[in-house]
Amino acid sequence: METLPTVWFCAIAVLWLGYLFLEGFDLGVGMHMKLFARGEAERRVLLNTIGPVWDGNEVWLLTAGGATFAAFPLWYASLFSALYLPLTLALVALILRAVAIEYRGKVHTDRWRAGWDWAIALGSATAAFCVGALLALTTTGLPLDANGDRVGGPFAWFSGYAVLGGLAAVGFALVHGLAFLALKTDGGIRTRAHAAFVRWLPVGILPLAGWVVAVQTATGEWWSWALAAGAVAAAAVAYSLGRAGSEGRAFIALGTFLTLGVAAVFSAVYPAVLPSTIDPAYTLTVMNASSSDYTLGLMSVVALIGLPLILAYQSWTYWVFRRRLTVGSIPTAHTVVPATVRRLVTGREG
Amino acid sequence: MDAVELARWQFGITTVYHFMMVPLTIGLGLVVAIMQTMWHRTGRPEYLRMTKFWGKLFLINFIMGVATGIVQEFQFGMAWSEYSRFVGDVFGAPLAMEALLAFFVESTFLGLWIFGWKQLRPGLHLAALWAAVVGSVVSAYFIIVANSWMQHPVGVTVVDGRPVMTDAWAVFTNNTALVAFPHTLMGALGVAGAFLLGISWYHLWQRRHDGIDTVGTVAGRTRVVVGEAPGVPGRDRADHAVWLKSLRIGAVVAMVSFAGTSVTGDLQGKLMFEQQPMKMAAAEAACHDGTGFSVLSVGNIGSKDCDDVVAVWEVPGVLSFLAKGDFTTEVKGVNTLLPEYEAAYGETLPDRPLYGERAGTEIQYVPVMEVTYWGFRMMIGFGALAAAAAAAALWATRRGTVPASRGLMRLAVVGILAPFGANAAGWIFTEMGRQPFVVAPNPAMAGSVDQVFMFTAAAVSPGVEAGEILASLIVLTSVYAALMVVEVRLLWMYVRGGVASAMPELARGAGTPPSDGAGSGTAAGGTKPADDVLAFAY
Ligand code: HDD
Ligand code: HEM
Ligand code: HEM
Repeated sequence: METLPTVWFCAIAVLWLGYLFLEGFDLGVGMHMKLFARGEAERRVLLNTIGPVWDGNEVWLLTAGGATFAAFPLWYASLFSALYLPLTLALVALILRAVAIEYRGKVHTDRWRAGWDWAIALGSATAAFCVGALLALTTTGLPLDANGDRVGGPFAWFSGYAVLGGLAAVGFALVHGLAFLALKTDGGIRTRAHAAFVRWLPVGILPLAGWVVAVQTATGEWWSWALAAGAVAAAAVAYSLGRAGSEGRAFIALGTFLTLGVAAVFSAVYPAVLPSTIDPAYTLTVMNASSSDYTLGLMSVVALIGLPLILAYQSWTYWVFRRRLTVGSIPTAHTVVPATVRRLVTGREG
Repeated sequence: MDAVELARWQFGITTVYHFMMVPLTIGLGLVVAIMQTMWHRTGRPEYLRMTKFWGKLFLINFIMGVATGIVQEFQFGMAWSEYSRFVGDVFGAPLAMEALLAFFVESTFLGLWIFGWKQLRPGLHLAALWAAVVGSVVSAYFIIVANSWMQHPVGVTVVDGRPVMTDAWAVFTNNTALVAFPHTLMGALGVAGAFLLGISWYHLWQRRHDGIDTVGTVAGRTRVVVGEAPGVPGRDRADHAVWLKSLRIGAVVAMVSFAGTSVTGDLQGKLMFEQQPMKMAAAEAACHDGTGFSVLSVGNIGSKDCDDVVAVWEVPGVLSFLAKGDFTTEVKGVNTLLPEYEAAYGETLPDRPLYGERAGTEIQYVPVMEVTYWGFRMMIGFGALAAAAAAAALWATRRGTVPASRGLMRLAVVGILAPFGANAAGWIFTEMGRQPFVVAPNPAMAGSVDQVFMFTAAAVSPGVEAGEILASLIVLTSVYAALMVVEVRLLWMYVRGGVASAMPELARGAGTPPSDGAGSGTAAGGTKPADDVLAFAY
């Protein structure tokens, strides 16, 4: 039976899509801490637009990883071990970024904040790049032997596709982040974010489109080409909506571009999950890399209960925090000082 | 060092580090949720202050748990690919469920809690915190299920040499997990207890030291006389209640924790005796069969032939009680077990390419006994120490404040480390006591075709070079070391700031907190109410 493995292949595509869509904008906003924001107040506005949601968004990545482990252990094992060094880099980037977001505002000196700002911006960029490279490589292939192990040394994964995928994620995150900022802020930031979104959209999504096309030319079928064409159309719509000043719809169109693009890529590579560039016989597929039907069935039940709930309460979070932020909503920084009395001044009676 | 050793060091370091943050997250999260519930019920200002202050420290720590957890999720595939291939069918499921059912809840609702002081109704806001706390407890359950399967593989049959899950119920109600889970939760409470106790002690001491509180005679009894220092943000009368209540909660929690770990730990010991007899023997550095619990053994505990070990002080019967619940069962020592293991699982590692240079070498069935012996004793010892200190602290504060001694205050602060030590020691003992197996064989299945086990030496990623692992080991360890310094300094800064560090409105205003909660609409200092929410967050 291939039904369950195929269902799980789709589920994992959905998880990656969720990750790229949601963390896409918060990684973008992270990079814009250095690229876009002018001055301390704006940086705090940026950070607070993603403040309540970025951690929840990151869990999509953990879930994509964990679900791959559960549903396709051989895929998880081969992909993650083959990309050992880039993943290490991604981990360090994610660690520093997470800590930076939380700690940046905890001490009020310029040096402290400047250091963490770099950690947020570079951490976001590096994480996006490495995850993008991983996704591209799992669709274009790695030099794997019969056991699924990488041959050719620590950098054998390096290729044009790795760079293309990396740029695809970074570029998309940058414009997606701008679209998000236009939706979540008001005043000067909103105007500038929207203008920058329209200006950079064509450049930003180019590498992602390139990855989609590259995969289509290699293994595409007519239906995946159709999805890819839909993706390009959605991008064009996003652009024209953006020019017309329609922030919300442009954001949705950009999301549609991503959805169709990711769908095109995953349906083109199906049934391969990780091709071997050494010998097609070693390619990991939906069939030979998956867990037993029992495990997949169990996971299906869990996902059927879990995913709708997750979508519901995460959407609710966005609703709760729908208020647009401005520079004016940022309070003055609060300096933490030791609660001690130097000289004995007490208000004790008697 | 070869790839196996490097990968083990890396896993050990990253996991123990992760488990510095985790118990504080679980324990403190629970305590803060209780504090906010008390505030919700009573409306008393000290409970709001406690929620905000301890909540702030909770958040500073929480983020490190998140950051280091990501590494945990990925490193099975990165460094232990052969392990992942072998166990994936059964082991991946709890990890995926942890993410789906726990991490999402935890991170989303915590975001709602941090930023939702104004946007959510008070009841809903409280519920968000409880959801996050429940999420962290559920996450602990799933990961313990995964870990317990490595200690005691159940619910599988072997197909083509790999375990395949046939009975999810058995996996998720693995008796090893059902006792390890409460044991770990109780251990986490201990961390929170000592944390509360040490920091509250410091503040009560500081108030005395500054002359704000004094000890005098009130109505014929020696009691604390509470004062206030209007010049210092937050140092008013309510402040005293914050610390005294926190201290008492902390002390009680620490004592409950030790009682709880003792009861559950005793159950774990009995399972260990059945499931991993060698670990039991190694915990005791017991060479010969016997019934006595060693309080102190000397000699070369780690030596190959066990006869160098001399038990100096043994309590007869106690070991039997730990293992079986009576006083007479002979617990097998290393000298008896070693031939049994060799007969069952071979004397040398199989001659297969998976084992690399280790193929054909002798298998070390005896774990490093210095580690297991002292690890076991440190776990219990540090826990007992913290509980005894907590009892002493309750006694010492019966007059409503702490003694003026600076030395005692320092001891209370340093004592925060004891339960951390107990937790780390417990894990190191559990994991290293399982060696040389990464999936320990289940004696109940000995000889059956469904017998499942895996040697650690076969578990690493065959395609990954030792140099890569070394590189990541160095990078991760240095990043972790640097972040530890940052976290501790940040915590200390916010601790010293007292409640005002988490409630800027106290610092800005006249010092009287709005009694109706988060200062709805009346926060002093001219900022809009919502702003204080952001000040609490980023
Ligand atoms: C504050 C922490 C703490 C305290 C005071 C204790 N423990 Fe513990 N112990 C742990 C924290 C811990 C832990 C870190 O949570 C471990 C590691 C793995 C696990 O399940 O829990 C553990 C494991 C662990 C194991 C190993 C189980 C196995 O490997 O299969 C045993 C037998 C005990 N404990 C027994 C005890 C006893 C008899 C205690 C007290 C009288 C005790 N522990 C106190
Ligand atoms: C958070 C608590 C945990 C701590 C502190 C911990 C600690 C350790 C330590 C110290 C080692 C090194 C052992 C050695 O080198 O001999 C280790 C190894 C390992 N642990 Fe754990 N562990 C924890 C939880 C887990 C869990 C939950 C899992 C599985 C889900 C796990 C899986 C492993 C694996 C795969 C290894 C590597 C193989 C080995 O050396 O045994 N650990 N762990
Ligand atoms: C090797 C095994 C482990 C893995 C793979 C693992 C995985 C993770 C991950 C991915 C996170 C971050 C979640 C987030 O971003 O929100 C995390 C944090 C956490 N883990 Fe671990 N963990 C391990 C060991 C443990 C153990 C043994 C426990 C509990 C007994 C535990 C309980 C928690 C809790 C409570 C948090 C903090 C809250 C949070 O970060 O969401 N973990 N873990």
